[in-house]
Amino acid sequence: MASIATSRIKPKHQRLVLLVVALVVLVAAGLLAAWALRNQASYFYVPSEMQADPPEPGRAVRLGGMVEEGSLKTQADGVTIAFVVGDGDARIPVRFSGIVPSLFVEGSGVVAEGRLGPDGTFLADNLLAKHDENYVPRELQEMSEHQTERVVAAPQ
Amino acid sequence: MIAEFGLAALWLAAALAALQLLAGSLSLTRGGEGFAAIVRPAAVVQGLLALVSFFALMVLFLRTDLSVQLVAMNSHSAKPFVFKLAGTWGNHEGSMLLWVMVMGLAGSLIALIERRLPERTMLATLAGQAFVSLGFYAFLLFSSNPFERLDPAPPQGAGLNPLLQDIGLAFHPPTLYLGYVGLSVAFSFAIGALITREVGPAFARAMRPWVLGAWVFLTVGITAGSYWAYYELGWGGWWFWDPVENASLMPWLAATALLHSASVLASRNALRAWTVMLGVVAFSMSMVGTFLVRSGILTSVHAFAVDPERGTFILVLLAINIGGALTLFGLRAATVTEGKRFALVSREGALVFNNVMLSAILGIVLFGTLYPLVTEAFDTRVSVGPPYFNPVSAIFFVPMLLVLMVGPLLRWRRDNLSRLRRRLVVPGLLLLAAVAALLAIGGIGVLPFIGLALAVALAAASLLPLRGRNLRRTPIATWGMVAAHFGIAVALFGAASESAFTKETLVAARVGDVTQVGPWQVRLDAIEPVAGPNWTAMRAGLSVRYGEGAVRQLKPQARSFWSPPQQTAESALLTRWNGQLYAVLGEEGEDGRWQLRLWWKPFVTLIWIGGLLIGLGGVLAIVAHVANDVRRSVAREKIADRRMRQGR
Repeated sequence: MASIATSRIKPKHQRLVLLVVALVVLVAAGLLAAWALRNQASYFYVPSEMQADPPEPGRAVRLGGMVEEGSLKTQADGVTIAFVVGDGDARIPVRFSGIVPSLFVEGSGVVAEGRLGPDGTFLADNLLAKHDENYVPRELQEMSEHQTERVVAAPQ
Repeated sequence: MIAEFGLAALWLAAALAALQLLAGSLSLTRGGEGFAAIVRPAAVVQGLLALVSFFALMVLFLRTDLSVQLVAMNSHSAKPFVFKLAGTWGNHEGSMLLWVMVMGLAGSLIALIERRLPERTMLATLAGQAFVSLGFYAFLLFSSNPFERLDPAPPQGAGLNPLLQDIGLAFHPPTLYLGYVGLSVAFSFAIGALITREVGPAFARAMRPWVLGAWVFLTVGITAGSYWAYYELGWGGWWFWDPVENASLMPWLAATALLHSASVLASRNALRAWTVMLGVVAFSMSMVGTFLVRSGILTSVHAFAVDPERGTFILVLLAINIGGALTLFGLRAATVTEGKRFALVSREGALVFNNVMLSAILGIVLFGTLYPLVTEAFDTRVSVGPPYFNPVSAIFFVPMLLVLMVGPLLRWRRDNLSRLRRRLVVPGLLLLAAVAALLAIGGIGVLPFIGLALAVALAAASLLPLRGRNLRRTPIATWGMVAAHFGIAVALFGAASESAFTKETLVAARVGDVTQVGPWQVRLDAIEPVAGPNWTAMRAGLSVRYGEGAVRQLKPQARSFWSPPQQTAESALLTRWNGQLYAVLGEEGEDGRWQLRLWWKPFVTLIWIGGLLIGLGGVLAIVAHVANDVRRSVAREKIADRRMRQGR
């Protein structure tokens, strides 16, 4: 049995064996993690990117942009909302069932977590909006800075 | 005056830490032995001064002294007393002051009571502790001064984030900090032992109560934090793989590995270099966690300081401490002689397996947490969540649980698995029964399925070390081990049951509407406005009924705070022995209907009960070890006493 096999190993070598086994497992864990991260990480898209190069349907991604004025509609069940997220270049329709964050309003920024449906509608599981002055989702913050720059740069 | 007094105490404490480091280092050199006498007193006074400084800040918060910038930015005179108190550490500067205070007090304690180790190792340990503390003192004094004055003082403070205005906050961060910082003692012991090359059972015994203590605080802190997130955020989840949660999980994983390897070192004098290494890694993970949370590099509710200068400062501290310790380890590891040997099938073998698996899980969590930072450097935005963490960590968690069933039954040094065959019959049968039952229910995901089946078998297997024993004479340490392992089974069952059997309903309801969720009937009776000290809310009155049982009341609120202005959902929970009903009130629609979100979560409470059982196991282990140590030192004194008398 294995116990007999190890006992034949010279005293000096046991530590080496343990070290090698531990390293092999840890390296395997690292490789596995790297492989899984490439497949499972959820990428961030803005609407124009999503239109140009859409993610495969069903893959978990995030979509960030501005909620278009006048696009927000509550459906008959009272808990599903539909709206359009845009970035000036492209528009993506989004559907979400649930309790929306309190600062989620038309004309403000939003990050939606979810997946792209087969019909091109983004099905959101979760919406991140600004919670308060101090807590803004990171992408949202940088996005609005970026957009401010664009607005400032654009000719009046 | 109090602010200046606190700041002065902080400077003095830093100066004493410098003295402690200097005297400790000199006392290890030839001819410097005279400095040894200074080290322990310096450590004690340093800890007390840090405590004084922390109390000063607490007084400022209780008085709502708005001339202090930190108080003005984080407090408000209309806040209830408990939250004024908790406000002391509910912000970046205050929490760092809490950190150095705990670290200083830990140093004081080892300086006062630890007498078992060779004195040179103790001096090196205290110097190491002072070195780490000094970095954090510098961080506080130069880039995060909590006592900064504000001139002119504003008429009113900005208030505390309403999400943080919860009784959970009063205890959650200090508990976690005690855990993080308690590991600094293990780190310093490891450094001390490496410097003097005294790695052995005595080192492990000295370190073990600290590791256990820190681990208990981490366990309880993580459990409490998870429950807090569960009921306060109103999202119905209990673990989100948020970077901040990972930051507390990583030191916990390392500390779990460390306390198991320390027990091998203490009882069998094996795994010497490995234990030292884990001592370094465990505290390093605490510091990595602090860096991730406090640098604001990852945004979350916990990120108080979004300030690149502070992030850089912590990063440099991290590099110096971890880099230095690992270099020292690299230089000295080869000179740590190998411990006693053991066969593959033995208690040691099982514990090595446990250690390797825990380290692999730690690596996976660390990779997943850092990956978004790495890709961001290449301008790609990603986030990593449950689809990565759950299955990948399960690959290592499941084998670990399997070995956990037999490990405690194995003998030290060498054993034979065939000896255990008969004892494992009961867990084996339970495993088969659970698999059959789950197949009969059907429709359960792979991971919850494995989790439920393993939890049932592990619950039985974890009790086996008690079988055939006289329960009254069973050592407390064994009870501790059994409680902790049983707790893992309980928590796993709760988590798997929650993800397999949760029922969710989302409706827009008018007053009088009845909704069904799982076995519950929920009727919306009324919506009424209510007001608190610094908020107003809309409150739903719900009549709920389990099956044909009695009608009970639930009152979730949608709350609006006015300082700072923010809305939160106050969920309402109803606990039964077999699970919890969870209700959240949303907004009112244009047609007058109110959004209601309801969950029925069977056995969800077992998650936290299991967590507390694991912590209880740690407490029992500490009691056992401390009682042993006391008994041993009493016996030693008696022998010395008798010898003295006979000598007369």
